[in-house]
Amino acid sequence: MQTNDRQAIQQIFSGYQGQRNELIPILQDVQGAVGYVPREAMTKIAHFLNIPESSVYGVVTFYAQFYLTRQGKHKIRVCQGTACHVRGGRRIMQAVEKKLGIKPGETTADYKFSLERVACFGSCALAPVMVVDGKAYGRITSQKAEKILESLN
Amino acid sequence: MRIFPKDMKEIILTIDGSKVTVPEGTTVLEAACSAGIYIPTLCSDEGLEPYGACRMCIVEIDGIKGLPTSCTTAVSDGMTVRTDTEEVNKVRRMICEMLIADHPADCLSCSSNQKCELQKVASYLGVTQQRLEKTKRESILDNSNPFFGRDLSKCILCGRCVRACREIRGVGAIDIAGRGDASHIATITDVPISESVCESCGECVDRCPVGALAVKTEILPPTREVKTLCPYCGCGCGLVLGVRGGRIVSIRGDTDNVVNRGSLCVKGRFGLDFVGAHDRLTTPLIRRNGKLEKASWAEALELVASRFREIKDKAGPDALAGFSSAKCTNEENYVFQKFMRAVLGTNNVDHCARLCHASTVAGLARAFGSGAMTNSIGEIEHADCIFVTGSNTTEAHPVIALKIKAAVQKHGASLILADPRRIDLARFAALHLRQRSGTDVALLNAMMNVIISEGLGNKDFIASRTEGFEEFKKSVEDAVPERAAEITGVPADLIRQAARMYAKAQRASIIYSMGITQHTTGTDNVLALANLAMITGNLGKESTGVNPLRGQNNVQGACDLGALPDVYPGYQKVDDPAIKKKFEDAWGGSLSEKPGLTLVEIMNAAAEKRVKGLYIMGENPMLSDPNLNHVKEALEHLEFLCVQDIFLSETAQLADVVLPAASFAEKDGTFTNTERRVQMVHKACEPPGEARQDWEIICELAARLGYAMPYRAPSGIMAEIASVTPIYAGISFDRLEENGLQWPCPDRSHPGTAVLHQAKFPCGKGKFHPTPFREAAELPDEQYPYLLTTGRYLYHFHTGTLSRRSAGLEIISPSAPFEINPGDAAREGVVEGDLVELATRRGVVRARAVLTERSPAGTIFMPFHFKEGAANMLTNDALDPVAKIPEFKVCAVRVSKLNP
Ligand code: SF4
Ligand code: SF4
Ligand code: SF4
Ligand code: FES
Repeated sequence: MQTNDRQAIQQIFSGYQGQRNELIPILQDVQGAVGYVPREAMTKIAHFLNIPESSVYGVVTFYAQFYLTRQGKHKIRVCQGTACHVRGGRRIMQAVEKKLGIKPGETTADYKFSLERVACFGSCALAPVMVVDGKAYGRITSQKAEKILESLN
Repeated sequence: MRIFPKDMKEIILTIDGSKVTVPEGTTVLEAACSAGIYIPTLCSDEGLEPYGACRMCIVEIDGIKGLPTSCTTAVSDGMTVRTDTEEVNKVRRMICEMLIADHPADCLSCSSNQKCELQKVASYLGVTQQRLEKTKRESILDNSNPFFGRDLSKCILCGRCVRACREIRGVGAIDIAGRGDASHIATITDVPISESVCESCGECVDRCPVGALAVKTEILPPTREVKTLCPYCGCGCGLVLGVRGGRIVSIRGDTDNVVNRGSLCVKGRFGLDFVGAHDRLTTPLIRRNGKLEKASWAEALELVASRFREIKDKAGPDALAGFSSAKCTNEENYVFQKFMRAVLGTNNVDHCARLCHASTVAGLARAFGSGAMTNSIGEIEHADCIFVTGSNTTEAHPVIALKIKAAVQKHGASLILADPRRIDLARFAALHLRQRSGTDVALLNAMMNVIISEGLGNKDFIASRTEGFEEFKKSVEDAVPERAAEITGVPADLIRQAARMYAKAQRASIIYSMGITQHTTGTDNVLALANLAMITGNLGKESTGVNPLRGQNNVQGACDLGALPDVYPGYQKVDDPAIKKKFEDAWGGSLSEKPGLTLVEIMNAAAEKRVKGLYIMGENPMLSDPNLNHVKEALEHLEFLCVQDIFLSETAQLADVVLPAASFAEKDGTFTNTERRVQMVHKACEPPGEARQDWEIICELAARLGYAMPYRAPSGIMAEIASVTPIYAGISFDRLEENGLQWPCPDRSHPGTAVLHQAKFPCGKGKFHPTPFREAAELPDEQYPYLLTTGRYLYHFHTGTLSRRSAGLEIISPSAPFEINPGDAAREGVVEGDLVELATRRGVVRARAVLTERSPAGTIFMPFHFKEGAANMLTNDALDPVAKIPEFKVCAVRVSKLNP
């Protein structure tokens, strides 16, 4: 963690009382400011709220919204739900993995891309689906996926 | 079993056709259990909050839909419960099969085989073969802790470890992380447990129903188990030692023991390797041509006896002195002081209590007439307010700390902490006052100033139970918080809040230890705490009082049994002619009415060659005493030094004769813990080689000096103790097996005394003593700019003679460190791990730097367990004028970084 992240976290704490029920909003703020929830931040939050640091970790790992590592600039999510699976979602994932050189849950070394698998986006009519930085691309093919990735900077 | 208030309403319900009566608030599971009905469980456990996770304990209850879990369902009147129906067992069997499908099937090679609760539940339900397809799990091993291993592939996620660590220990090293299939027990970011905040207490291991958590060394089951006591601290935890082939193969907490109810700390649980250590003394040693050489018992005893006789004949009995031992049993301490007094003829007998709680004994004896913990350990949990000062309870008295944590976490008590360092208890404190070391009196006087000026005192108590209040009141009139703030550095407002919080509580308990006593103002510190309790009437009732925590396992007993220069057993004064006569009649011969020298005085007298012969039983002044250079010089000046110990300690290395003794695990007898509870020690194995019981050795010496001590067993010694010691008069071994007895216990039908001073004080009325503030003997100055304070670590004990023989404890806490505030470190150019030279006016040591906010700016902390960085080379031997306790807690020190 860098000095400015530490300062940001102190800044965030100043807006809270130190009550246990503030854990989730604080985690959201920290992730908003730092981009993920580093270990040091969890320890600081634990001290601030006077709860065990393992419990902070427990909560962070319970919710999919929190990240434990620094995320890439672009978040790529490929659906692996039943509909997408049937229509080649698996192949799309393989193509993206190959293109970026990382597995789902990982981030590229230059912190440009993070890759995630998702169980279902609820856009099954458009299957297979890939979502880039919140924008969904339906009826995707391996080539199209690669093109989209190449177009990002 | 949970303890319910006596006036609880009773509930009648029907379980499996029989009527069961239980107090309101009981769970259905507890009710069934009390009626002798077995309900299988996996996640519920003694002392943990109901959890309801495993669903093994489901039952049918009329009027409740589905199958409720009995561990989380409270009983109600007229309830009808069925625990063993077809439906219930079908579901239980299903759950059990699912757990087993997900579990490695290597019972035979698992260390929990036959103890495993999953096996037990499966066999009860008749689940024998695997019907479900095995979901393969790899073993996920974490062997980073030196004492126990974790194999999470065996984990059934019952959550007991998580809850034990959080609810009972107040640590929270582990929790359930992840979700759904990925749920698992984790430390923060899944680091190995040794890198987490885990304190290696083993509570989670003891509570794991399966083999997921297992002690590394407990491979073979014991063939028999022996109940005894932990030899480390004054908590007095009950231990169960498992023995096989004459060796200790397992250790667990004694769940029947009222003090610890099965909980232990890392030292008691895992730190007993010293008993079987290869370097135990096994034969007597005699110094010949400057070297200690093996000798026979006859030769060694004869030599000791003749040298003592010679010195006595030549220079008089007061040229001899003895240090008894807070590690030995009551019976041995009694025999030792009797030997010094009746056989050698001197009152020069003392022990290391001088170095820890002499000021408690002196201060509380003046204020109340008795110098012991006023209340009991178990009561702490039910206080509304706990004022802890000068006690790093988590590390020095870990199991007592559990009661403090429970009072706060479970029962909502407020904790006030007054300690310069940010110790672990600060996490639980409502208020933390960080006074400058050595300014306790100023802080306490200011609190009392607030209480008196705001009218928060207990006028009835002051009027009816105390004397000297008016004069005392005048003495704190000027001690306003603003003035105290200047002296102590604690903001005036915080002092006011603390005063109000303490004074307004219904039941407020004061807990203190060496941070209060080890000062040149030690007696004043103790008197000030006594004043505080008296003005608020916090004495003589449950969960109140002034509670000094005694350090060693049997330091209370060593004091009780007269290993002190001015009193016989039971604090009976040696200069009282009637008392002297009583002991002369009991022991035969004439005794000296002259109070003897204290420990530090004996050292000084030795340095000046006034004391020429010294007999040391189980003590190591070469590490425990202040100003070690002086101690060494004193011991070298002696004409004759005899040391009786289980190891060749730093002190024994200087001896003329060394006598090998038995360790706690090899003896019968009693220890008295800090709450005055006399409990049984039982022999688990034989002493190594020719080592013998301490009391037997003393009796042999007495016989050679022409005095018969014909004891056959420790029980006989206790009978003699009871006959001459009023506070122990009702104590005998046959009464101690269950829960022991707390003194005073004046006769055989007396149940013992949990709370002292209920109707009156031993001295009649409680006495107020004005305690004007004085500075410590040596303060930081230009030459020695930092304040040095000393203390303990959780992982070691005292001078490390015992704990440092545990390989595991050495891994966790290996070498001499000192703690320094990061700001100070930056100024000195010191970074974490640097080897630094610390110098005071008395000595120099080297130690490694630990940078931490625990240390306030300007203060350096050093534990005293380590011989390679012996804190007591540095400490000041300036004495409290009354109690003669040295000022271990404050001196001035200089820090210089060594070039790498
Ligand atoms: S050993 Fe003690 S501190 Fe460590 S995880 Fe287990 S219960 Fe917690
Ligand atoms: S490690 Fe043991 S105690 Fe902890 S959740 Fe798993 S099975 Fe239960
Ligand atoms: S050292 Fe003290 S707290 Fe730890 S187990 Fe022994 S008696 Fe209990
Ligand atoms: S014992 Fe009741 S749910 Fe586990």
